[in-house]
Order: sequence, then structure tokens, then C-alpha cells
Amino acid sequence: MLALVVDDSRTMRTILRRTLRSLGYDTVEAQHGAEALALLEAGVSPDVCLIDWNMPVLDGLGFIHAVKQRPDWRHFVLMMVTSEAETSAIVRALAAGAHEYLVKPFTTDAIAEKLQILGLPTHRQDEVPA
Amino acid sequence: MGVSTASFDYIAALMQRETSMLYGAGKEYLVEARLLPLAREAGAADVDTYIDRVRTDTAERARTIDALTINETSWFRDNAPYQAFTQRILPELITARATRRHLRIWSAACSSGQEAYSLAMLLDEHLPAGWTAEILATDISHAMIERVRAGRYSQVEMNRGLPAPLLVKHFTRDGRDWTISPRIRSMVRPRQMNLCTPFVGLPTFDLVLVRNVLIYFDVDVKRDVLRRVHRHVAPDGYLMLGSTETSFDLDPQEWSRELAGTVPLHRPLSHSLATAAGGS
Repeated sequence: MLALVVDDSRTMRTILRRTLRSLGYDTVEAQHGAEALALLEAGVSPDVCLIDWNMPVLDGLGFIHAVKQRPDWRHFVLMMVTSEAETSAIVRALAAGAHEYLVKPFTTDAIAEKLQILGLPTHRQDEVPA
Repeated sequence: MGVSTASFDYIAALMQRETSMLYGAGKEYLVEARLLPLAREAGAADVDTYIDRVRTDTAERARTIDALTINETSWFRDNAPYQAFTQRILPELITARATRRHLRIWSAACSSGQEAYSLAMLLDEHLPAGWTAEILATDISHAMIERVRAGRYSQVEMNRGLPAPLLVKHFTRDGRDWTISPRIRSMVRPRQMNLCTPFVGLPTFDLVLVRNVLIYFDVDVKRDVLRRVHRHVAPDGYLMLGSTETSFDLDPQEWSRELAGTVPLHRPLSHSLATAAGGS
């Protein structure tokens, strides 16, 4: 499984890389939305994208809008991982096309449970959905 | 630092006597981790000193028992049981209760209420118009029951397994926490109750969930709890256990077992026993 991590914080990318690896995911990383779009253009095909909100060049919401405008990218699974915790922010992200939303800080269990909500496998998954 | 053998033995005996929970050798770290915050609050020099106070102070003893019975929980824990609930149990009960149009569910050992409120959110979505449901949420911990009553959760708790669309639909941000909507909260009735003492004043339920609590009991207590739960499950109702609990302790003369996907569902076989026992 492959995850695209989009975050301008190197520390956060490292945390997410380690967390995702422990759950059975390889990662590719981008520092902002535009870099992430370039990776998708280049043919990277992640099973899930974990996207920060506030980033330079192109923010997370802009990235989601751009992905949703491309019919051939509409199948990508998009999860916001951000410190923006207001209801209005969550509503905006979902309306733009995010499938899930996780507020920082998070635990490995929280990431694993969100991936399971999205129907994605994790090493920790001990039950197969009925 | 650690906890002395004498202190640990006292706590282990206290927990077994008051809650039937087993604190065997090797759980010293857990006792220390759970009681250290209480020791600091009480101004005790260390956990051993605090436990000395617990021996004579009833209020501190109650706080200790509360602290040692709290368990980790999350929304829609393990996922699959909730799929079994919406896809199998609920459609069957909606057919079976078409006259009464009311469902009764018991979330036993509910901790901070995520199981009960997860079920309430599903009922809100899937129950036909005109139906009502009541979820009894019981826990041995008074502190946990107060938390269920408040319906207020930290961001860390909200991150654990709650789908974002349900968060937006049913919760309001309140400072750094989130509060569940009055409509969902009104479906849940919190009540402090020890599973190891007689069930007083309980009705018959359409579904009982005893998940991730029996693992803390010895075999005799497990079987006793399940025998008494049996009297409170409707003849066409269900019992669900936790994913880490097997049906080994269920009396095959009292329960049948069937699968909904990978999730074991247990149904009571005979209710003559329940009638004879008076449903206590």
C-alpha cells in the first residue's frame, strides 16, 4: 500500500512516514499541494493521501479542489490531517471532497482507525469487516 | 520507584473484592501508572504512601477503584460489530418489533460512553420514522457515568474512530472539547452498576453488549455474569461479546451462536430459567 503525505513540516512528514510504515504503508512525500499534484501528474498512484491544510504555494484545500477537477483522479482517497479543528473547517474540507478528517496531534491508533473507516487495510486490523 | 508487594497485594485484593477484576502479578506498573496522578493530587509522597491512605479513607478508596476500572475505548470500536448491527441485527429487530416500535439496548461496561453513543448515532440514521430507542449505558465507575451523562469528549478521544461526517452532524465544539447533540444524548440512559452484583430493576433487552470487560474476570465470575445477562436478553434478542472474548464461557444450553460475517452473535435458547429466576 502507498500513501502520499503532503505536509510542509519535515517533522510531521517523518512522524507520518513512521506511523504509516508501522501500519504497512510505503510513503511518498510532498512539501505542499503543488508538489503533490506534480507527483500525481508523474504517475504516482497512492492508495490514500494525507494532506495538511496550511501549506505554502498550494494549501490542502486547494490540492483537494485540483484533484477533484480531474476525472481520472476522482478515485483518490483524501484525508485531511491538520491542526484546524473548527467545525466549519471540517465541513469545508468534506464539502470540497475530503473523505476523512483527522485533527493533530494524533496517535498511531487514530490513524489506523481512520484508514479502516476508509476501507483501507492496516497491520493492526484484527477483524475483517462483515 | 515501583509499588511495594504489600501495597500491590492490598490493591489486588481490594479490586477482586469490590469489582471481581483480577490484578495479577505483572500488573504493578498499571497500578502505579493509574494511581500516581491520584497520589499527587492527594499530596502523598509516592504511590505506596497514597495506598496507605486508601486503606482507611473511603473517598480515596472509591477514587482508586474508579481509576483502576477505566478502560480505553473508541468510537465504533472494531468496526465489524457495528456493521453486523446495521446490516443484520437492526433489520431483524425492526421486523420483530413492528408493533412496539421501540428498541431497548444495554451497553454494559460502557466506560466513557463511546459504544452507547456510536449505537445511538446508527439508530438515529437507520431507525424508521416513528420508532424510538433507549440505550442503557452502565459502568462500575461513577466518574465514567458522569462523563457519559455530560457527553463531552476531548479532541484526542474524537480522533479515535469517529467518521468525520458523524462528528459534523452530531457534535458541537465547546472550547477544546466536543459535546454530543441533545438528540443523541437523549437516547442514552447512563447508570452506575457493578456487573458482578445482582441486576436490580433491569428490563429485557433486544440487544446486550458485554464487550471487552469479561477478560478482567476469572472464569466463575464470567459465567455468573453471562448467566444473569441471559435473563435480560429477549427470546429473539442478541448478545454481543468483544473481539478478544470467546464464547467459551457461554453455556451451550443457554446460548446459540451464529455468525454475521465474522462477528459472532449469541441468542438465548431457553427462557424458562429466566422466568423461574424472577429476572433479578
